Amino acid sequence: MNTIHDMGGMDGFGPIEPEENEPVFHHRWEGRVYALTRAVGPWGRGREWPSFRYTLESIPPVEYLGMSYYERWFRMMTTRLLVSGLISETELATGYPDPGAPRPELLPPSNTGAPGAGLLDLDVTARFGPNDRVRARNLHPRGHTRQPRYVRGRRGTVVEDYGVYALQDTDEDGRRPLDRRPQHVYSVRFEARELWGERAAASDAIYVDLWEDYLEPA
Amino acid sequence: MDESEGRPVGRRGFIRDAAVGAAAFAAPGKLMGSQDESHRHSHEHGHDHGHDHDHEHQDVPPDIALRVRALESVLVEKGMVDSAALDEIVDTYENRIGPRNGAEVVARAWVDSAYRERLLADGTAAIGELGHLGGQGEHMKVVANTPEVHNLVVCTLCSCYPWPTLGLPPVWYKSAPFRARAVIEPRAVLSEFGLDVPEDVEVRVWDSTAEIRYLVLPERPAGTEDMTEEELVGIVTRDSMIGVARVETPSGGEPGGDA
Repeated sequence: MNTIHDMGGMDGFGPIEPEENEPVFHHRWEGRVYALTRAVGPWGRGREWPSFRYTLESIPPVEYLGMSYYERWFRMMTTRLLVSGLISETELATGYPDPGAPRPELLPPSNTGAPGAGLLDLDVTARFGPNDRVRARNLHPRGHTRQPRYVRGRRGTVVEDYGVYALQDTDEDGRRPLDRRPQHVYSVRFEARELWGERAAASDAIYVDLWEDYLEPA
Repeated sequence: MDESEGRPVGRRGFIRDAAVGAAAFAAPGKLMGSQDESHRHSHEHGHDHGHDHDHEHQDVPPDIALRVRALESVLVEKGMVDSAALDEIVDTYENRIGPRNGAEVVARAWVDSAYRERLLADGTAAIGELGHLGGQGEHMKVVANTPEVHNLVVCTLCSCYPWPTLGLPPVWYKSAPFRARAVIEPRAVLSEFGLDVPEDVEVRVWDSTAEIRYLVLPERPAGTEDMTEEELVGIVTRDSMIGVARVETPSGGEPGGDA
């Protein structure tokens, strides 16, 4: 989806502000949000809750920019728990389970054959190889995608085939295709000036990891 | 840490505050309006970081801590999570997994040229030799800085970062300015970090858009020839492995150096 998370190339955000001796978590609640997000993961199985990245990206842009990182995670996590009925608004408000509500049960995965996000040992034909000239397709899906806007329509060169991975894109409701469409992922080099014109240095380049579906021959 | 941590919260007070927090959650417009209040609140309670409160992470409503407590409490009571398991996750990233792991990889590559070759050819396998693979670092690509090439890692869409080698990312790495600017003006970004890359050096920016995570292998600084591998681990910084800094020769008279 074309929204604020896709930030590459934007101006106006000001300087970068590194912090000396930064703690891992600045507040106790940040660590709890991080840990809770990981710990509730298994409860999404069989419940078809929307993908992690889709849910973050669905935060309206004005709010997204006003939230800290772990506030976004908290919103993402509570959204998923609420939409899948694992908690209610009242429970979230009070901190107590609703009287008489049944305890949730872990479910088996609804799509047991679906591959995970990692490298897959699958024999899939590669459409491209190193040194091939490619163009990033001009795609504008309404769901989550890993093709950043700044490469769309731009030409680059494949430098490495990273092997076969499941597509992480979702539909406009945040769900992935059932078969996950395993395909090759490539490291593609874009000359900086192909992306940014004269503003960029002629010598520089941006390397972007792109699934085969995002590319066409150039 | 969070100012509410030191205060015992009575059960009744907790519920009342949590309900207020949830009301804020239900009315998103309030989130932004409450930022100024959040700042005053932090100062009143003697927040002790000793920094300006301009960072993104500081701009949070004061009741988020209570909203998170309410959520944890209800998930525990429903039998969905276990607080001890949460403690364990927090402890892992606060105390056990951090940039020292990546520094071990770099130092090994500096002292062992065969390891360096393996690392650049197959980062996953070579990092695995040192036991530093895991979640958000299952598939690793290591890119080497040379006199001709300087590498910089970013995640423009999110905050992807190699957790097993570098730990969790700093706030600036996840911030809008870095995500927006690293790809369009990497030299200006590097300059802000105090790193001026000469014109004849190519800057390569790696946008972590898929499942591969990136680690920069910085150049070994001059004057470190006599340092042991263990000593070298001590001079490799997190920032050098993201690509926003060089590794500096340690000051104070390294053996054989001319300082």
